[in-house]
Amino acid sequence: MTARRSDAAGPTHKAVETGMALLIAAFGIIVIVGSLKAGITWGAEGPRAGFFPFYIGISIVAASAINLWSALRDHDDRLFAEWGQLRQVMSVVVPTAIYVGSMPFVGLYVASIIFIGWFMRWLGGYRWLPTVAVAFGMPIITYFVFERWFLVPLPKGPIEEWLGL
Amino acid sequence: MKHSILHLALAAVAALCASGTGASAAWEPVRPVEFIVPAGTGGGADQMARTIQGIVTKHNLMKQPMVVINKAGGAGGEGFLDVKSSSGNPHKIIITLSNLFTTPLATGIPFNWKDLTPVAMLALDEFVLWVNAEKSYNKVGEYVDAVKKAPAGTFKMGGTGSKQEDQIITVAVEKAIDTKFTYIPYKGGGEVAVQLVGNHVDSTVNNPIEAVAQWRGGKLRPLCVFDAQPMAYDEPITDGKSWKDIPTCKSQGLDMEYLMLRGIFMPPKATKDQIDYYVELFKKVRATPEWQDFMKSGAFNTTFLTGGDYAKWVEAEQKRHEVLMKEAGFLAPGN
Amino acid sequence: MEELANLFHGFAVALQPYNMMLMVVGIMLGVIIGVLPGLGGANGVAILLPLTFSMPPTSAIIMLSCIYWGALFGGAITSILFNIPGEPWSVATTFDGYPMAQQGKPGEALTAAFTSSFVGALFAVAMITLVAPLVASFALRFGPAEKFAVYFLAFCSFVGLSKEPPFKTIAAMMIGFALAAVGLDSITGQLRLTFGVTELLNGFDFLIAVIGLFGIGEILLTMEEGLSFRGGNAKINLRVVLQTWRELPAYWVTSLRSCLIGCWMGVTPAGATPASFMSYGIAKRLAKNGKNFGKGEIEGVIAPETAAHAAGTSALLPMLSLGVPGSPTAAVLLGGLLIWGLQPGPMLFVEQKEFVWGLIASMYLGNLAGLLVVLTCVPIFAAILRVPFSIIAPLILVLCAIGAYSVHNSTFDVMLMLVFGVLGYLLKKCNYPLAPLVLAIVLGDKAEEAFRQSLLGSQGSLAVFFSNGLVSTIMILGLVALFWSAIQEGYSRLRTAAA
Repeated sequence: MTARRSDAAGPTHKAVETGMALLIAAFGIIVIVGSLKAGITWGAEGPRAGFFPFYIGISIVAASAINLWSALRDHDDRLFAEWGQLRQVMSVVVPTAIYVGSMPFVGLYVASIIFIGWFMRWLGGYRWLPTVAVAFGMPIITYFVFERWFLVPLPKGPIEEWLGL
Repeated sequence: MKHSILHLALAAVAALCASGTGASAAWEPVRPVEFIVPAGTGGGADQMARTIQGIVTKHNLMKQPMVVINKAGGAGGEGFLDVKSSSGNPHKIIITLSNLFTTPLATGIPFNWKDLTPVAMLALDEFVLWVNAEKSYNKVGEYVDAVKKAPAGTFKMGGTGSKQEDQIITVAVEKAIDTKFTYIPYKGGGEVAVQLVGNHVDSTVNNPIEAVAQWRGGKLRPLCVFDAQPMAYDEPITDGKSWKDIPTCKSQGLDMEYLMLRGIFMPPKATKDQIDYYVELFKKVRATPEWQDFMKSGAFNTTFLTGGDYAKWVEAEQKRHEVLMKEAGFLAPGN
Repeated sequence: MEELANLFHGFAVALQPYNMMLMVVGIMLGVIIGVLPGLGGANGVAILLPLTFSMPPTSAIIMLSCIYWGALFGGAITSILFNIPGEPWSVATTFDGYPMAQQGKPGEALTAAFTSSFVGALFAVAMITLVAPLVASFALRFGPAEKFAVYFLAFCSFVGLSKEPPFKTIAAMMIGFALAAVGLDSITGQLRLTFGVTELLNGFDFLIAVIGLFGIGEILLTMEEGLSFRGGNAKINLRVVLQTWRELPAYWVTSLRSCLIGCWMGVTPAGATPASFMSYGIAKRLAKNGKNFGKGEIEGVIAPETAAHAAGTSALLPMLSLGVPGSPTAAVLLGGLLIWGLQPGPMLFVEQKEFVWGLIASMYLGNLAGLLVVLTCVPIFAAILRVPFSIIAPLILVLCAIGAYSVHNSTFDVMLMLVFGVLGYLLKKCNYPLAPLVLAIVLGDKAEEAFRQSLLGSQGSLAVFFSNGLVSTIMILGLVALFWSAIQEGYSRLRTAAA
């Protein structure tokens, strides 16, 4: 869709790599802190609960340090992605986040209808009729397959409560 | 709660349908009942829950479907916390095992059996001391001698889970005969029995149902049962021996009794009508031949308790577990 | 030849019209269960188990085991089409299956996967038929140390394969181990790394991580490149099946090796997941075009699928003869046996001949029926890729959400899935390999558990991993696999020096 232009703007690969290495190192530190709480010594029953995670945490931090160093040394200024491309990615991530975040409150079915409808109508540019058909069809099929057939309860909100489903 | 006219009409229709078959029960489920299992698929509690689900479906004991859901995380803590937080929801019940007591004590998760509403005790699961059939000891006395003769820490006891019923019994046996086992925790009871057959551990305290197949196959030998009296089932299993022929551990000089609860609880704030409904339901389940077969195959102790008696039993067990776990040093730091 | 007589009797049982019907119903249900993420084989069988109570035990187990076969077949479909493995053992199938689908060859990939599954299963059933007692006694020799050695071998045959920078591989794998460690430590019965958050009691389930990292991550990558799904030009007729079949016999060595690995892993019982990874890793090392693995090589689909299905099938053997399940699904089937009043164990083969041989016969027939069903559907599955991206993407996202939810019935897991999705996108763009991460999540805690069980038994002595012939052999195989590239290099250097 978007033609790649060498002069297009966007975050550099180096910046993202650096960020990623720092993020992973932070995760490693969390693991180390958690392991220390669980006990990292060699107890009467062999290694205690935190023994292995502690060294795993250390390895994560060490590996990230090396990755960080090689990322910083990198003089290549190629782009990670163009802003336009990232906007495309965010156009899925943000609605999915809203979809996922609203699920505990409105239930899976209502959230799915809105989400599918939104996706098809605004990203896909479909007419209303197919949009509505798919947006309602899929959750209805899901309801029958999961709740009726396989007896797997899925999250429900006030509307399902009201309908007595 | 606001109900629409449509909903009221639906409820009325449902009520009419329900009353058609005998209006004895004052409360009935109006949506699928979630049957929580605080353990993984395939384990003892899961088997029992799914048997109940099958019986309820086959004999049409409930108008709404019963849905079994496993919530095994954190030694069952996930399941208990879920039920605890579903206050006032009558469409949720939970089957418990000993982790009702042990999990909060060992992990420190904020939960106590008093957070739930007791419904009924369905059965009690027995524990038997098993050894490999190739071993020379036929009696508890010979076994104890062998344990004491072995260099410290080399006699291995296999069991399910850590700081749970199997390990509690192990520690109690250690106390009773003044010795030390090396306890090796495994994920499931069936695996423990096979490890014993393969001689990777030296003895186990498996439930009857977990080890009976290996007993019948001549691979394992039961030494004694951790109950006050021998088990009730006198049908021969193998070599003309029945469950009833296994002596109690106490009679063999191993002073320890332990039974595991297989009981039903509801979320907090259940009404009396709702509790009564489930008590009646489980009474009907217990009357079916399938249930009786199931009890026999697992040599269960079929004590059935409800209401105050049940609560009293659970209370006493809770105190006992606190003492046992404290003595064994299994309490979570900060408890 | 008493076995053969019994087997023919078994075929007579399995071929009764009622049982045949159940077989086909079971396969269909199984495929659906396998395709829907979150409804894995174990869950599916557990859910349907109570419905079979009113059937005779033989019919019931035929239907349930056919659900199991169906789910094994079905797991490959989403892996190949959407990069979403519904079961742990389908992860390795995505490595080459998904690139094939993107190159417009989904039909070939699916045919190869289904056929290999069938071959693996057939091999395993033949083994069960002929050497069941022998194999059962072999399984008994596996204590914790032997089990750890097997996991060690699985890791070793897989790591060192990736082209990514080594420290990124290490970081990714360690993240996987760390995630696997969260929750209850099964040896001490203590909670760790949960920081008092109740949602973390469960730890990180493999499925949620994989749906996010692979499935959602892939959708985000596709979005970045514009709203199109590659592979839309797939051929969608049945001729592709025959064409692929013509290619397959050339890979018989890989197939045979994968069958053996699968049977071994299924019986021990380490399970189908290490089998598929190990088989993929070894195939990549030994294949002529091993360098192209990961870019859409058909051999990279054959190896893991054959091994996974062979393992899945042979996992039923220890269940029947020892009463110890070789897979989660086998654990549920085991519960079913007990409910029907059948006691699995050494006596089952003696006392319940009709049941056992009916089941074994149904394994032959069920797999054959399954193969026919899924192969005829290949064009339909391949055609899914022609659905426009902006319709299929939200549907996949919704299905992923359902899958993530139904693992533990928790909406927290759905949010986690999205976090993993974004992480998967970033990691992939930054050249971190995802496969070692997933392998570590799946096997990490099991390996740690076996390791610590062994040390408990040996009182902390590491010598336990070389204490007998069996465990030493597996450990040495693992070390050889780990240093394979170094060994290969040394060997070729020696040769050039000699020349």
